[in-house]
Amino acid sequence: MIVAFFFNPERSFVGGLESEVLSWVTIVGGFTLLLGVVSLVRVNYSAVKRKSEDWIFKLATLISVFVMAIPAILPKNVSSLFGRDVGSIYDWLFNYVDAPMMSTMFAMLAFYIASAAFRAFRARNAEATLLLVTATLVMLWRVPMGEIALKSIHANLPYLINTYIMNGANLAVQRGIIIGAALGAAAMSLRIMLGIERTYMGK
Amino acid sequence: MNGINNTIRQFCFGLIFLVLTVSFIQADSTDTSIDSTVAKEAKTDSVTVSAASPGIPEEPPDVSGTQSDSGSLFQTKRINALVLMTIFSVVILLYTKWAKAGKPLFVRKISGLDQVEEAVGRATEMGKPVLFIPGLQEIDEIETIAGISILGQVARITARYDTPLMVPVRYPMVLAAGQEVVEQAYIEEGKPDACDKDTVRYVAGEQFAFTATVNGLMMRERPATNIYMGAFFAESLLLAETGNAAGSIQIAGTAQPAQLPFFIAACDYTLMGEELYAASAYLSREPLLLGGLKGQDWMKLLFVVLILLGVLLAGLSMGDWYLSLFESV
Repeated sequence: MIVAFFFNPERSFVGGLESEVLSWVTIVGGFTLLLGVVSLVRVNYSAVKRKSEDWIFKLATLISVFVMAIPAILPKNVSSLFGRDVGSIYDWLFNYVDAPMMSTMFAMLAFYIASAAFRAFRARNAEATLLLVTATLVMLWRVPMGEIALKSIHANLPYLINTYIMNGANLAVQRGIIIGAALGAAAMSLRIMLGIERTYMGK
Repeated sequence: MNGINNTIRQFCFGLIFLVLTVSFIQADSTDTSIDSTVAKEAKTDSVTVSAASPGIPEEPPDVSGTQSDSGSLFQTKRINALVLMTIFSVVILLYTKWAKAGKPLFVRKISGLDQVEEAVGRATEMGKPVLFIPGLQEIDEIETIAGISILGQVARITARYDTPLMVPVRYPMVLAAGQEVVEQAYIEEGKPDACDKDTVRYVAGEQFAFTATVNGLMMRERPATNIYMGAFFAESLLLAETGNAAGSIQIAGTAQPAQLPFFIAACDYTLMGEELYAASAYLSREPLLLGGLKGQDWMKLLFVVLILLGVLLAGLSMGDWYLSLFESV
């Protein structure tokens, strides 16, 4: 893959190798889904069989897996309810059950952020106070009403927050972390490719 | 030592072979420029046809430069990447060799990793399980591989103390890799029979379905210790806050800068960026792996010098040619 990165894919078979290998990864990945289904069914089935605590939820999981999967696998020429086209059971379940549940989970993030912020922004020491002041300024800057309030103090205050806090201190720290992480990722990749690191195989 | 020497020798041979091939290709490229044009036209046609198919959003042909720069077989605009990769590899291999030879290497203290054993010990004392999540990305992502490496070290500790371990995963390939690593850890600790096949379990392929399941698991099982190591996205705070509410000690590590504040706010210890990739070396204390870390530190120093030089040259209005050295496609 590394060699392929340096070659023109139009002019050499090595250059096209990257997309070829990635296609195979996708194919193998598709087959491994069966492993996931087997694991899911085994864990939940044994819990239902033992009638362990909260087994009813595990039963709901098992029923959901098969109710969603079987109609999607069945050929759509037998019935319009099968397959994954618009109007099929799969499509209906996805749009009216799965997607709203996902949205609900994501929407809950707002409340989690509030509770985490409440804990993090306690002014216990100088650093925490600095964090509190900075966070308050940024939050005010991000909401329209807050921006109006900041402008009433000084017309350039939102601009200054954007320039010095977000595009200054915040961006500089983020870039430092990103450069460090990129080097770490590259070093780990090299260790793996050269066979120095094999901990990911349990060795 | 022989293994390292062989690796270095193989690497050098590979590099020489690559350079010779490139030189040969460069010399040959002028004769084949006409074929290149034909091939390019053919490719553009095929992209246009496929993009015009119903239901597929139309995309312009790839003109980003990733295909070719001058019709040559070699991507000449990527030579800077090749040079940098060579320097990086040589530095890491040298440090690995020195580490193997017994040269003492200082590695700074990482509190989050020092606490892993204590956190597992707490779970043992409380008789509760340890929850480990190796991120929410596929196994081909380096962050997931780092997470799986740490899982191996954590599984050894849980095997040593006979502490139950729960590892919910989002992808089947991560499931297979995780099961292998956990099984190997239990074998190495001399307790192969104690390894439960369902320690690593597939939960859901959807991001928030996975999150909901793991949150439910946390509230029902009340694990004493939660360890999050890998790539996390919007679910990071949902997981960490639920773990906090469940009263677990939490150790997180990710290279996603946007998720770090959430983990810092909700977890007891957080590994930031490169610390995640250093974790397997730090926990195992293998000289070979620690050598790689030192090499990485020297490269970081080199980058700092290069950045400072760039700032200086840009300040003197001489930065354009310097920046062009780092441009790539």
